[in-house]
Amino acid sequence: MGYLASMRIWRGNSADGQLEEHKVEVGDGEVVLDVIHRLQATQTPDLAVRWNCKAGKCGSCSVEINGKPRLMCMTRMNTFAEDETVTVTPLRAFPVIKDLVTDVSFNYQKAREIPAFKGPENLKPGEYRMAQVDVQRSQEFRKCIECFLCQDTCHVIRDHEENKPQFAGPRFFIRIAELDMHPLDQLNRTKAAQEEHGLGMCNITKCCTDVCPEHIKITDNAIIPMKERVVDKKYDPLVWLGNTISRRKSD
Amino acid sequence: MENGVGAPGRAKIGVRHLRTDKWWISPLISVVVLLSFIAYSTWRAFENDFYYVDHLVSPFYSPCLATSCPPEAAILGTPFGDWWTLSPALLILVFPLGFRLTCYYYRKTYYRAFWMSPSACAVAEPHKKYTGETRQPLLLQNSHRYFFFAGLIFNIILTYDAIIAFKNPAGEWGHMSVGTLVLLANAIFLWMYSLSCHSCRHAVGGRLKHFSAHPFRYKMWTFVSTLNPHHPKFAWVSLIGVALCDLYVRSVATGQITNFYIF
Ligand code: SF4
Ligand code: SF4
Ligand code: FES
Ligand code: FES
Repeated sequence: MGYLASMRIWRGNSADGQLEEHKVEVGDGEVVLDVIHRLQATQTPDLAVRWNCKAGKCGSCSVEINGKPRLMCMTRMNTFAEDETVTVTPLRAFPVIKDLVTDVSFNYQKAREIPAFKGPENLKPGEYRMAQVDVQRSQEFRKCIECFLCQDTCHVIRDHEENKPQFAGPRFFIRIAELDMHPLDQLNRTKAAQEEHGLGMCNITKCCTDVCPEHIKITDNAIIPMKERVVDKKYDPLVWLGNTISRRKSD
Repeated sequence: MENGVGAPGRAKIGVRHLRTDKWWISPLISVVVLLSFIAYSTWRAFENDFYYVDHLVSPFYSPCLATSCPPEAAILGTPFGDWWTLSPALLILVFPLGFRLTCYYYRKTYYRAFWMSPSACAVAEPHKKYTGETRQPLLLQNSHRYFFFAGLIFNIILTYDAIIAFKNPAGEWGHMSVGTLVLLANAIFLWMYSLSCHSCRHAVGGRLKHFSAHPFRYKMWTFVSTLNPHHPKFAWVSLIGVALCDLYVRSVATGQITNFYIF
């Protein structure tokens, strides 16, 4: 049955804070979020924590557990040894508000910077016709729950605050890829990805893919294909020549 | 730690990372394997000997383009003439080297293992500034597709070498030795590595928006997409494979082992 787990929880606000140790009862089959709730109910009633669905689908409960960006509601306690101290901290790439709650508005700002889908002028919504094979490639990216764990782990901004203005981050690279691969989208997103959203800053080290709870292959299926498209548009003299001479419609 | 995880406003935790697992093992293995390969291949490329014996050609020396090459190894002739007196391996080295250096997977590996940018996820990197692949020399990574196509030519040549290895020392066809199998395996690994490449995936169909308008290319893209997730595996297997293949040819050429003929 249950046991007493050693939990180390970060408490504080944007000015200061520290890790605090607590012993908390753990029951069978429980996840980290259950233990945090028990801690809140029994010992630290003012512990701030953000959560919603407890089913890995709302993307609210993102924190770092033993140094790894994870969802609290999807991290089972039985993945830790009973005598192991489990450390829970807020996301370390974003400003902290209180305890485990961070201000993720950076991501909402980045979302606004990406123009929405733009269909063909001569078609009204409802008249769009697409083959399944044309849309299924980007359906993977629609699984995103916006937990921002990928954004949090990405060293481009995690380790370099000054890169935030010019870097959209992996969550938004999959958004750009989704639209760029859409058969009816009319905007030229490839160049913008490189010049406005900082695709070139990504060095494909794949931490975003490693932490994504939806197992979206962010790097392999969105970032690298977009980098290849950028090469077509910006860096490959032969593709440029081919497109200029033949004026072919290449997509 | 003024910047990054220590930037103002972020939770003050005071350490570079809180990971408790052995995150440093994987970059360490990468460093050891890559450095060993570089050491071995450099030594072999300069050795300029023991790369051809009885219709077995070492992959480091194929195609052999210098006048000093044995005729059976010089399958593309010797366009470089007499003036090239160094090892013929150095003439072709840039292609496989460039291919692997610009490979998306090796980039990940050496950015993590050597440049520590980052060594592992959520482990703060030691660099003050970071611009990613937006400046020279890293903009050259965009040439990967050219090396990919050059790599295909090398694959064809190395496959040809494997076919030549079906001759016995007397030059008669229809024989097979352990060396034949070694060269064959090497060629297969290299094909798997190339065909699972991200630039390959893009070229065959990834660049399209309308798969439905290009059913054949969609088929090819689907095929490459099944190989692509295994690219890291093929990258290591083919790298170690090339070195072992060369070592085998060298060991036979120096007489340390006998190339056993199965039939
Ligand atoms: S692969 Fe690119 S976007 Fe993803 S975490 Fe690494 S640097 Fe960031
Ligand atoms: S891509 Fe994955 S990790 Fe990133 S926000 Fe979406 S679900 Fe979370
Ligand atoms: S509470 Fe919704 S994802 Fe964890
Ligand atoms: S060879 Fe690795 S991505 Fe092309």
